[in-house]
Amino acid sequence: MAWFTKSKADRDRSKSRQDLWIRCPRCRKHIFREDWHNSHSVCPKCNYHGKLPAYERISIILDSGTFKELNGNIYPSDPLQFVDGKGRYCDKVRETRKKTGLNESVVTGTGKINDLPVVIGVMDFRFLGGSLGSGTGEKILAAANHAYDHRIPLIIFSASGGARMHEGILSLMQMAKTCAGIARLNERKIPYISVLTDPTTGGVSASYAMVGDVNIAEPGALIGFAGRRVIENTIRQKLPDNFQTAEYLLERGFIDVIVQRSEMKNVISKILSTYNR
Amino acid sequence: MKVKLDFEAPIDEMEKMLQKLKGLQGENDGEFNEQIVELEEKVHRRREEIYKNLSPWQTVKIARHQERPVLQEYIAMIFSDFIELHGDRHFSDDRALIGGFARLGKQSVMIIGHNRGKNIQENIERNFAQARPDGYRKALRLMKLAEKYNIPIISFIDTQGAYPGKDAEERGQAEAIARNLTEMAHISVPILCVVTGEGGSGGAIGIGVGDVILMLSHAIYSVISPEGCAGILWRDRAYAEQAADALKLTATSLKDLGVVDEVIEEPIGGAHKDPDAAAAAIKKALQKNLKRLKGYSLNKLLNKRFEKYSKIGMFNR
Repeated sequence: MAWFTKSKADRDRSKSRQDLWIRCPRCRKHIFREDWHNSHSVCPKCNYHGKLPAYERISIILDSGTFKELNGNIYPSDPLQFVDGKGRYCDKVRETRKKTGLNESVVTGTGKINDLPVVIGVMDFRFLGGSLGSGTGEKILAAANHAYDHRIPLIIFSASGGARMHEGILSLMQMAKTCAGIARLNERKIPYISVLTDPTTGGVSASYAMVGDVNIAEPGALIGFAGRRVIENTIRQKLPDNFQTAEYLLERGFIDVIVQRSEMKNVISKILSTYNR
Repeated sequence: MKVKLDFEAPIDEMEKMLQKLKGLQGENDGEFNEQIVELEEKVHRRREEIYKNLSPWQTVKIARHQERPVLQEYIAMIFSDFIELHGDRHFSDDRALIGGFARLGKQSVMIIGHNRGKNIQENIERNFAQARPDGYRKALRLMKLAEKYNIPIISFIDTQGAYPGKDAEERGQAEAIARNLTEMAHISVPILCVVTGEGGSGGAIGIGVGDVILMLSHAIYSVISPEGCAGILWRDRAYAEQAADALKLTATSLKDLGVVDEVIEEPIGGAHKDPDAAAAAIKKALQKNLKRLKGYSLNKLLNKRFEKYSKIGMFNR
């Protein structure tokens, strides 16, 4: 046995530590689990903004008790009867719904931010990597339509790896479908604020997430079109560490402002208050 | 070099024999006339049979066939008076995606499309039709110009995908495509799209929002390449054939899914066997659909476009 192998006592001790502590996925430092939760998954040591469940995000953005969900009953069908190396898409959907308690990769509804009415959409990365499926596209378009019909600002928090391959071309078409909804808001001069959180890539960054009147990003969020490995294989060189981060995109001119999670509600509320109806 | 498709092997054999017979006939003054006619018919029937029952993976190979007609050939065969317009007015003139004024019969139109080449030299110059943000921004500039001049837009789609390079990311590939999707939703002239070869993901839809989506019968259109999909979901790119099946990326599948409005039949053996016939079929489909769209009021045109995309997708409730 190697000298660095843990004994059983060590393993037990480390297990009890895991209950009390959490390891920041970015800086790998140990954080009190309670502190991590109290800061809504922001690392107090390195300011890493972790992934956040959709309803938790809604609870810290909207005024308490104002959220009314829209289309919560939409869930994925299996239009292609897709089977891959790991099994059937419909089974994967069933498991994911059970595990997350969510029906789709986005939660949409209405509510208030410091008394200002808004339509909100919040993506949840836990649901199939926040991928953009037919149900996701339908809910986002419906949210945009609700904003259009009632002349209320729309806010979408994105967190997604991109299109949902298991729904094939229908998934790709959701990019056009959601953007058609945003286009109508522009025609009617209704505000649309896009918040890009970690990660926002592929088909979501190349559709509604990138065309906000104001594009807000959380610190350190991964934002981009193609994956790092794909790019490195294409150009045959290593990319800088900060490539495709929120800060990198701000520098390149694609993000208006980077906002701390704890400040998000206030900043959105300030922007909305400039809207002269 | 002639590109061979493995599933055409039985035909190749017969054609070789046919050549031999024709050689012999020259020496023997018409002795083999009957056999030649018979064999020619047999080749034709066999090809019809193969092309009626193509698998998705075989279709992928035809869609990417090196001899398949490219945009500039289609422009020459379908349109007249093409004037190419260069540059995005921001950074560069992307050779992977080109466009300009042209005439379809008497009708002035704006053409945009992926500029695939026919050989390595051309493809290097044109970055294998993989456009950068500059290409998508040029396309948008030309579409806005078409809107100003009140002429229809015809978009030709044939790309593996948007270019996944460092410079493309730095200049906002995602933003450029997203902007096009948003603007194309309400550009106030008819937009007709034709998928002629490979419709590769975001790079394809970045110029692919329109009132009518036409697709050649052996073209493909997919959210991800079969190889890319196999690499992720099978963890091995060698499963591309299975992925091609699963993705439902052929013209008939896309018609069934409500994404494509009309499938344009290619000549037997694929568009490259008879480019003139393929071009004539595209022209006919364009003119027919354009005539219908020109009859719409602006309101009706834009409402129908919005409804078309509103309806795409399948989910449970």
